[in-house]
Amino acid sequence: MAGVSTKEIKNRIRSMESTRQITKAMEMVAASKLRRAQSQVLSSRPYFEILYSTIADIAASNRDFSSPYLKERPVKKRMYIVIAGDRGLAGGYNSNILKLVLSEIDGKDAVVLPIGKKTVDYFKTKRVPILTETYAEAADVTIGDCFSISKQLCGAFLKGDFDEIHVAYTDFVSVLSQNPVTRQLLPLEKPEPNPGVNRGDTLYEGDSEEVFAAIIPEYLGGVIYGALCESRASEQAARRAAMDSATQNADDMIGDLSLKFNRARQAAITQEITEIVAGS
Amino acid sequence: MTPFHLKIVTPDGLIFDGQAEELIVRTTGGDVGILARHMDYVAPLGMGRAVIVSGGQRRTAACIGGMVSVCKGEVTLVPTTFEWAEKIDKERAEAAYQKAEKVLHDENASDTELRLAEAKLHRALVRKSVASGL
Repeated sequence: MAGVSTKEIKNRIRSMESTRQITKAMEMVAASKLRRAQSQVLSSRPYFEILYSTIADIAASNRDFSSPYLKERPVKKRMYIVIAGDRGLAGGYNSNILKLVLSEIDGKDAVVLPIGKKTVDYFKTKRVPILTETYAEAADVTIGDCFSISKQLCGAFLKGDFDEIHVAYTDFVSVLSQNPVTRQLLPLEKPEPNPGVNRGDTLYEGDSEEVFAAIIPEYLGGVIYGALCESRASEQAARRAAMDSATQNADDMIGDLSLKFNRARQAAITQEITEIVAGS
Repeated sequence: MTPFHLKIVTPDGLIFDGQAEELIVRTTGGDVGILARHMDYVAPLGMGRAVIVSGGQRRTAACIGGMVSVCKGEVTLVPTTFEWAEKIDKERAEAAYQKAEKVLHDENASDTELRLAEAKLHRALVRKSVASGL
């Protein structure tokens, strides 16, 4: 009797140990990918800051400034670019962002451009119209892809296909905390001008509105790329945390089972001794 | 020549940060040369060769998209992609060129495909010409 149960416990410990090895390995892989993603986030930031301050300067230097990108119109159709992961096992990373988007588009006329396999699957089952599945693999999306998305969407926005364009991604606050957010891309909010920057005496190639119209798609492409970088870093951080807690759970269970195993073994020995003593 | 401070920033990070004597870039309106004490200036970039003279040394690069700005004597180049001539992957450019040509000759290609292929062809040609003209 006791022999069978020690064997069972032993088997469970063994399977738990192999699971633990897997989660531990996944945690380490995520940690090393996280480091790379983090440095990518940091190196891409100055680019947006410079582009944004130029846009703000242009908007500030021209008083009767009007651009179709800034004009708000009655919202009939919305467009959401949703960035999530290709794989699960990353804690709440995928479900948090997807639920946020679903609650925002609930009852409204919206189209989704999914980035990431999980996003495609989710919106397919929810029967939300999908613009294109070209970018189903989040890991393969390059910066060039971001710029073509941006150009395509800017064109569609100017044509009037969409009245609002949003991007939903997971903001990488720190290794321990990531926030799902949505941000409006178009129409662009009127940028805040930098205080203390020269006004009006800058030479623009063409005129300032032409420059503005040429820079906006570049800027938005950059913003999408930035959101993608943030999401990738968040995914790795979320996966690392999830796998870390899985490893800890496995450790706890192995500890518990080892205790049970030792008790069972001890009980078997005691019983055997009692039998021998009783028999002599 | 008087040097000025030049910064080149792409989404991949800071490429160049230092003193330069001359910068030539292809804007949407044509090639523009910038020397020290240029007036404040902003222009969107086209696709083409960029030349940077820094410390008497002349370096060329393929510079695509983005913009160039001069503000109080500081020059900032913010291209979408920027590759030094010696770092261009020639084989990749050649492959992209062939692929785009194929699409352009395809009679069944849609309008969007044609436009994309045209832009790709243009970029590949810029890369090829910059890479071969070291």
